[in-house]
Amino acid sequence: MFKNRSIIFNYFFSIFLLLVFIGTLHAETITLYSGRSKSLVDPIIQQFEKETGIEVKVNYANTTQLAAKLLTEGKKSPAALFWAQDAGALGAVSKEKLFENLPKSILNKVPKIFRHDDGYWIATSGRARVLAYSSERVKTEDLPESVFELTQSKWRDKVGWAPLNASFQAFVTAMREQVGEKRTEKWLRDMKDNGTKTYPKNTPIIEALDAGEIDLGLPNHYYLFRFKKGNSKFPVEQTFFKAKDAGNLVNVAGIGLLKNSDNKKTALKFIEFLLSPKAQQYFVSEVFEYPVTEGVIPNANLLPLEELLKIVPKFDLNEMDDLEGTIKLLRRAGIM
Amino acid sequence: MNTNTQRTYFHVGQKWHFFIPAIVVAISGLIPLGYLIAKAFDVESAELVENLFRWRNAKLFLNTLLLTVGVLILDILLATPAAWLTTHSDLRGKRIFSVLCALPLAIPGYVMAYALLAIGGNNGIFAALFGKSLPRLSGYWGALIALSFYTSPYLFLNLRSALLGLDPSLEESARSLGCRQFGVFIRVILPQLRPAFYAAGLLICLHVLGDFGVVSLMRYETFSYALYIEYRIYTPSAQNYAAWLALILLAFTGCLLYLETRLLSKTVLHRAGHGTSRHRTLTPLHKWKRAGYLYLSLLFIATVGIPAGTVFLWVFRGFEVSALNGVLEALVGSVGVAVPSAVGCAVLAVPFAYIGVRYSSRFSNTLARIPYIIYAIPPLAFALSIIFFLGSRETIIVLIFACILHFLAEATGPVRSSLYQASPHLEEAARSLGCSPIQAFFRTLFPLLTRGMLTATALVFLATMKELPLTFLLRPPEYETLAVNVWDYTGEAMFAQAAPYAFVILIFSALFISPLIHKEEK
Repeated sequence: MFKNRSIIFNYFFSIFLLLVFIGTLHAETITLYSGRSKSLVDPIIQQFEKETGIEVKVNYANTTQLAAKLLTEGKKSPAALFWAQDAGALGAVSKEKLFENLPKSILNKVPKIFRHDDGYWIATSGRARVLAYSSERVKTEDLPESVFELTQSKWRDKVGWAPLNASFQAFVTAMREQVGEKRTEKWLRDMKDNGTKTYPKNTPIIEALDAGEIDLGLPNHYYLFRFKKGNSKFPVEQTFFKAKDAGNLVNVAGIGLLKNSDNKKTALKFIEFLLSPKAQQYFVSEVFEYPVTEGVIPNANLLPLEELLKIVPKFDLNEMDDLEGTIKLLRRAGIM
Repeated sequence: MNTNTQRTYFHVGQKWHFFIPAIVVAISGLIPLGYLIAKAFDVESAELVENLFRWRNAKLFLNTLLLTVGVLILDILLATPAAWLTTHSDLRGKRIFSVLCALPLAIPGYVMAYALLAIGGNNGIFAALFGKSLPRLSGYWGALIALSFYTSPYLFLNLRSALLGLDPSLEESARSLGCRQFGVFIRVILPQLRPAFYAAGLLICLHVLGDFGVVSLMRYETFSYALYIEYRIYTPSAQNYAAWLALILLAFTGCLLYLETRLLSKTVLHRAGHGTSRHRTLTPLHKWKRAGYLYLSLLFIATVGIPAGTVFLWVFRGFEVSALNGVLEALVGSVGVAVPSAVGCAVLAVPFAYIGVRYSSRFSNTLARIPYIIYAIPPLAFALSIIFFLGSRETIIVLIFACILHFLAEATGPVRSSLYQASPHLEEAARSLGCSPIQAFFRTLFPLLTRGMLTATALVFLATMKELPLTFLLRPPEYETLAVNVWDYTGEAMFAQAAPYAFVILIFSALFISPLIHKEEK
């Protein structure tokens, strides 16, 4: 029995080697480290391959794991591009000077807030922080106007958050910038004292809202749409806080070109493609994300980009690499 | 019984057959430990001491201990009756029940947690069925139940393998000396199962110590929870802190191993009589038969039925046929890693088990337990250190190599248990008849180890099928596995798309382990 199985394995393994061999013969290939999950971005990558004939070899993993991998590999990394799910990870790789400066022609395609100051990376789509609530138990007129109201006693034990989530940490970093260390720390402590429940990531927050474990939650904006897709009566809704509130942060998914890649021209084509109307439309229509360039038909469920930019707090994604300070604060508040 | 059997059998010069492979494996597995220690002393961080010695960490450690003890107790309660019923009783369909009892191992921990969470709550499954909502599981009890359900097969498979290898004449002697059925179980059978209990107990402890998926979803904060948080942050000081937390966990593992060594030392369980042992006769259950069936069925419903049912309900949350496109590729990918890893582990476990059972110097005891230390190194750190030392040669070979080293501990337990039951006199006899040590081993002992090796293969196969962190970091580009897809889709809240992948893991695992379990009985 084992013999047969090992024969089967050898068979597949040799096919695999053959494919790798054919792959290396192929004229143009780039290696992409994608912290964005395959289920979200595979269709658009395939589209790129079809249109350009360039083969993209993708390594999928969590953004954090890939950042750690890149930092461990250093200059020896086979990756040409790193596509991350949050600005903090891009900041960490920028800090180690592993990214190449992107050309102006590419950087100028997006508003200034959607790119790194020195041009080390550029955003490919936006992801907003929102207030999600149970439509069964919370009336819209009772919704808090600011993230700072969540510490009120009427929300005791009724709020859920995911402080391990990179987007949440980016939001705390932005809050520090906006209202200062002291007030941020007080907010974190008050939230904790108010019985805020800790979830490992965004999806369980939405599930807990449905199950009645909490009434309000602080997730990213696009998860809810996937729940609604399967069940249009799903009893959770979401909204923004009042304009400029720290709770309305927009984080980004972004991409950077690695210095040591030997195929930069080809890799830049991929970045250009992600900023093209076609790819941007895909992010908006299929992934429910915000575009970073103009001229995209808005998704009926999402605010148009101009509207969104009006309500987001002042923030600088370049500061997102000050994760250390945010972590320190979260530790001091006893949250991690 | 002769209590001095362990030392005297072989000359020093013949040890190398087992010591050389074990030492090579141990060294390659411990290089990552060196990397971890280097990381721990890498940065001079002023806050390290402050972070490390916080009241919070003590509390997390206590939480971890409470959970570990709870899971061990619940697992013993769940798995011991099941193992006895499927080996010694006269119930029908024991083989099917055996496969079903092993199957929870094919369910990723976080899927088990999602499933248990889905039962309670306002719009939960229970509410949909009976119109009244149950409170949602969470915290200590949630984590306890979810972890016990999916770790119980470790104990079940280890016990089962040991129970099948028992010499029935011992029980018969006890009965002839006036022991009742229950007394036989407590006084004769249970002591024989000690190595199996310890081996499985260690694995279960290490699982609980390293678990993040279940405890985080159940919102119960343990030490490993703190560790994972740090690994999500890529600042050098966080990596440094994480390395220290990992070393603390490893030190704790070391204590457990020391304890286990002390408990097992001088254990002699093989038969001392002449000839081979007789086939066992099954214990008739009479009027308890129904209770036996009921118990096994309830166990199956709780540990496999609930998660499988929940995954089935996911299909109704917006399924698209296109999700099926990648299933075959992912299956081939999963099996391509799991089969060689499982076989590799089962083979490499032999030298470790042999050294641990047949020799009893401090060196051999330490060497035999190194797989457990390797197992306790956080997989993420393990993978990063491999990347550090091998560069980025992401080939499937590197991934399999990493899986073999990591999962070796799961394989040593069952092999060790069967070795305890094999008499060293057999080898001696073969040697005295002119066999070389290697010949003696393969002619006499090896056939007796197949049962343990089959269990080991099943355990590692199931574990590798749902492996995530090593696969994520070490797989070649475009290499897909089932587990990665389940994780990916559930993470993006596309549960309907995750369902087929989870089902294929479950079905394929059942298909793979049933012939192993079938063979084991012979």
